[in-house]
Amino acid sequence: MNRIRVLSPGLQTTVQDLGRFGWTHFGVSASGAADPLALRAGNLLVGNAENAAALEMTLAGGVFEFESHSVIALTGSDFDAGLPLWTALEIKAGDTVSCGATRSGARCCLCVRGGIDAPRVMGSASVHVMTGVGGRPLKKGDVLQIGDGAVRRLRKGRGAPPLAMSGPLRATPGPQADWFGGELYAAAYTVKEESNRMGLRLQGPAIPSPAGHMLTEGVPLGAVQVPPDGQPIILFVEHQTTGGYPKPANVISADFWRLGQLRPRDEVRFELVTIEAALELLQQQESWLYSL
Amino acid sequence: MIWFGDEISMEAYRQVLRLTRSLERVRGILNLHPAFASVLVDFDPRLRLHGEVEALIRERMEAGSEEQAAAERTVEIPVCYGGEYGPDLPDVARHCGLEPERVVELHAAADYLVYFVGFSTCFPYLGGLPPELATPRLSAPRKHVPVGSVAIGGHQGGIYPLASPGGWRLIGRTPLRLFDPQGSPPPLLRMGDRVRFVRIPKEQF
Repeated sequence: MNRIRVLSPGLQTTVQDLGRFGWTHFGVSASGAADPLALRAGNLLVGNAENAAALEMTLAGGVFEFESHSVIALTGSDFDAGLPLWTALEIKAGDTVSCGATRSGARCCLCVRGGIDAPRVMGSASVHVMTGVGGRPLKKGDVLQIGDGAVRRLRKGRGAPPLAMSGPLRATPGPQADWFGGELYAAAYTVKEESNRMGLRLQGPAIPSPAGHMLTEGVPLGAVQVPPDGQPIILFVEHQTTGGYPKPANVISADFWRLGQLRPRDEVRFELVTIEAALELLQQQESWLYSL
Repeated sequence: MIWFGDEISMEAYRQVLRLTRSLERVRGILNLHPAFASVLVDFDPRLRLHGEVEALIRERMEAGSEEQAAAERTVEIPVCYGGEYGPDLPDVARHCGLEPERVVELHAAADYLVYFVGFSTCFPYLGGLPPELATPRLSAPRKHVPVGSVAIGGHQGGIYPLASPGGWRLIGRTPLRLFDPQGSPPPLLRMGDRVRFVRIPKEQF
């Protein structure tokens, strides 16, 4: 059988694909890979469709034993596995891949040729950790089935993407941008420890609460909301689908992957960009992906 | 984001419902977030430009006349009121100047409408709470609200589909599961459903 045995799960390792879409009107957000760029690239390298399910590790990785010959790719951050990143790798039957603590960002993605064959709930294998939709984080002794969903040949890859983790997060104006001054763009914020897949909580100079009447309304991935305490929260992959706090900004799609790589205590700044600039940045990223 | 004013009203609700239904299963639209008086349309910027989506939405809104009378459902929700299931019932009664028994009678006699489903996993926002029962939220939210709790938050009613933190006043609990994380929706309650609460004794919980 083509299986992966979890010898050690790491801090929080989950099965993720690109998420479940089409359910927010039932209050179910997409979930999906925290670093979608790492997932898509890893899948393309091992010859999968880019949405195939893979393992997403957080801050400290796990130890995985492969029962049979397999092909994998490690993408995202360097979790000290002693293996090259961003390329397809052959793993012999009985070998283990042993990841450790991160040496760069918050997440490392382990893709395997054929994909992880996990049950789909509402069309996706993604684990929504906070609600248990799609399953739970891995435990020691779990056994994962490798699927047969490969769709193309292996790729050597072109190394890490030519994208910088540093520099401010790019954002476009949020629905209540007019209620705020430029405070959000003026200061540096720190990612708080209690951040999770629902939201990245930031700590910094408090943003004054604007006066304004607001009804609960829809909120998307990347929305920057400011609750009464003035400390911004970036809504992340397991975000609530509606909320009542005003939103000065929204992180652009091209920077979603960077949200998944932010660690507690990292510093964050914001930069306002136009929608046109945001689209241009997204297209550059897509071109790199499709050159793999 | 499309807004239909900034007040909770039946008119806004109807427009939200109509637009949401008209945009279901459109290619390139990933998600729809209906709320009291707005719809957030989340589209894939690799497939659709903002201007295209805007044009599509305008077209659908103008074509909204052929409003199909969607089958309206009434869902009965059994509730065990008070006691351990509704720890805030005495406080709600005190705030409203009513006997707890009267609070239950009024709550179970009303017709509710699911304005929308959102927040965190299938939370139904219910309109139709008798005005006499409006009670402000707790000043500090509870860390743990049990699954199925039937609650009042200001002028709104709600049911907690999962155990979660929450600041609404808990007056009862239903044994019915609004949402099963292992299963697939559609969940029990959907936007546009009518809801009635049916009182059950503790033995039937």
